[in-house]
Amino acid sequence: MTDLGEQRPVNAAAQRRFAALENTRMRVVAPDLGFFSGARSSLGDIWAHRSLCWLLAKRELKARYKDSVLGYVWTLIRPLINLLIYYFAIGQILGAARAIDNFAVYVFAGLTAWNLFSLIITSSTGSIVGNSGIVKKVYLPREIFPLASAIASFIDFLSQLAILVIGTAFIVGAFDLPSFVLYWPLSLMVIIVWGVGLGLFLAAANVYLRDIQYLVEVGMMIGFWLTPSVYSFQMVVGSAPAWLTDLYLMNPLTLAVMGFQKSFWAPGSDPVVWPGHMLTRLGIMFLIGLILVFVAQRYFARMQRNFAQEL
Amino acid sequence: MTRPDVIQVDAVSKKFTVHKDKSLKERIVNSGRSRKFKEEYWALRDVAFAVEAGESIGLAGANGSGKSTLLKVIGGILTPDAGEVRIRGRIAALLELGAGFHPDLTGRENIVLNASILGLSDDEIAQRMDSIIEFSGISDFIDTQVKFYSSGMYVRLAFAVAIHSDPDILLVDEVLAVGDEPFQRKCMEKIREFQAEGRSIILVSHSAEQIIDVCDRAIVLDHGRIIAMGDARDAMSRLHQSYEKQILQDVSDANDRGVDTAKERLCTIKDVAVTEGLIEQRDGLKVHISGDTIKVGIDVAVSAPLADYGIVLDIDTLKDLPVFGMSSQRLQLKLPEIRESGRITVALPELRLGEGDYAFNVAVVNSAGIEMDRRRHTALITVRSDGMTTGYVKAFPEVSVGPIPQ
Repeated sequence: MTDLGEQRPVNAAAQRRFAALENTRMRVVAPDLGFFSGARSSLGDIWAHRSLCWLLAKRELKARYKDSVLGYVWTLIRPLINLLIYYFAIGQILGAARAIDNFAVYVFAGLTAWNLFSLIITSSTGSIVGNSGIVKKVYLPREIFPLASAIASFIDFLSQLAILVIGTAFIVGAFDLPSFVLYWPLSLMVIIVWGVGLGLFLAAANVYLRDIQYLVEVGMMIGFWLTPSVYSFQMVVGSAPAWLTDLYLMNPLTLAVMGFQKSFWAPGSDPVVWPGHMLTRLGIMFLIGLILVFVAQRYFARMQRNFAQEL
Repeated sequence: MTRPDVIQVDAVSKKFTVHKDKSLKERIVNSGRSRKFKEEYWALRDVAFAVEAGESIGLAGANGSGKSTLLKVIGGILTPDAGEVRIRGRIAALLELGAGFHPDLTGRENIVLNASILGLSDDEIAQRMDSIIEFSGISDFIDTQVKFYSSGMYVRLAFAVAIHSDPDILLVDEVLAVGDEPFQRKCMEKIREFQAEGRSIILVSHSAEQIIDVCDRAIVLDHGRIIAMGDARDAMSRLHQSYEKQILQDVSDANDRGVDTAKERLCTIKDVAVTEGLIEQRDGLKVHISGDTIKVGIDVAVSAPLADYGIVLDIDTLKDLPVFGMSSQRLQLKLPEIRESGRITVALPELRLGEGDYAFNVAVVNSAGIEMDRRRHTALITVRSDGMTTGYVKAFPEVSVGPIPQ
């Protein structure tokens, strides 16, 4: 472009570098904002950084329990304490256990499902702000931060799942394999797509409005009681009008929590009320969740343009 | 030989919005008059240039001129509001301290994470780990959490990782000043090695000497616009001219404010200017040709007739390194009495300064040698010569070869 006059002397390695660069295509340093083309290129970009994503997830887990004596055990202590509280306070004292057989397993199945969702949402909401040091200094597909948080949450979830499986084996004694195969994978997928989709959206919004993370905490508190984790669906049907029950079933997490309960929990002799067409409902929620992930990613791509200056 | 472009910056503009309200409450309360709580300004405006492979470019400008923003836009960290940046090859950025180090992880874990952020694969990281640790020179602390590191150790580690990421383009933002001298030298050596290997370097620096030393070309930004682009030395001179204006402005502002105190002074320096020995170039730049006579005029005002006084004049480099100094008292000169005001002219015949930028420090002293008034860093000059020698002194060396005298 400008006349240099003299060029800096270079060696043979440089000649090879120039030749290699000559054959590389110029690329635009900014995410594509096209609706479909952009999504495809973002996906490719994220895939190219998958090992970094995994490293970040490991870092998050490591940093979370660094310098604590019990370390990873804490991931188990919290849900177990929760379980004890719900089991005694709601099950024994308030008497919910009388209506639900194997109440401990029932509660823990629901809690495990809910905890996964809640952890994905809360950790990914704060992920961009928490990683501002990197976001402000290096270009990366920023989606990997909420994704890494989701992966870390999933690993935390696995240990709870192990306890749930062991607990089920001991307390229930029987394992209903067909309903497990039918409901568990689909319920899990519903939780993950909704968690990741909302997580992406909230992570981006939180950069611009820090109140989001507090709103999310409150939302999670309310959300917990909107899912039938510590009470049964039967109680909802029994006390709410039909239209409210329908609305209640619109909540993907309600369905996912019940999916978990169906997979692990075995009712005793009493017949249990489940909503009709649960598999279809879960399937529809999964598809809506997929669309949500897609839309959330597009929103994220648009919002991330100014992350570095807002942080 | 033609070299491919590695960076093309095409009419890039970037607007910054400063929100003065961050919380939901404030947003709602202020929603009606939100414009008042928003301030917009252009951090970059229509910036366009290209960088060839193997070329090193310096970015300079006053604080807030947009040079760091430009670096971030090139690095993809910020997205421009208009225009486009296109790059080729692998890019590594050294922006501020320890880009993306996690304080709770050890040095080694951070190397892995940081290298991965810069785009190295797991195999490449494993291969280069030893070399990175060796270059950083902090192998004793490599398994310590980085929160216990000093800032110098941070930079060492960050720089070591960045240069091992095999970048085609290296972006450096004023980080090199932090390390100690041996490490800085090591970094400069590495940068030269990079240049010889045909990598491109974009360096943001406040040090004109560093930019002239390292870069082929320089770009000077002012309020988001390019005001000078070209040969590093020319561009830096332009920068100093604009600084000089700023300094003069500040000084006159300060003088305006300080009228009362100035009145009480016996002697006040009103102005310092080079009255002879500057040549205007085609581009409007005034330079001093080494070897010419230079005259400095010092205009003073006195509140009472001033008889027994002296004048002190120093020439410093812009890094405050004294190059020359004189005092009329040491020269045993008796200066005539000044009533009300007068101009003291100091002539320096056939001054042979080396190429570069210099500033004059001037003081008027009383018979005991105590300063009555002084001006620091005034009348900046740019010295030019034939470009055949370096350093602060200009000489015309002659070299001959013969037998060793017995």
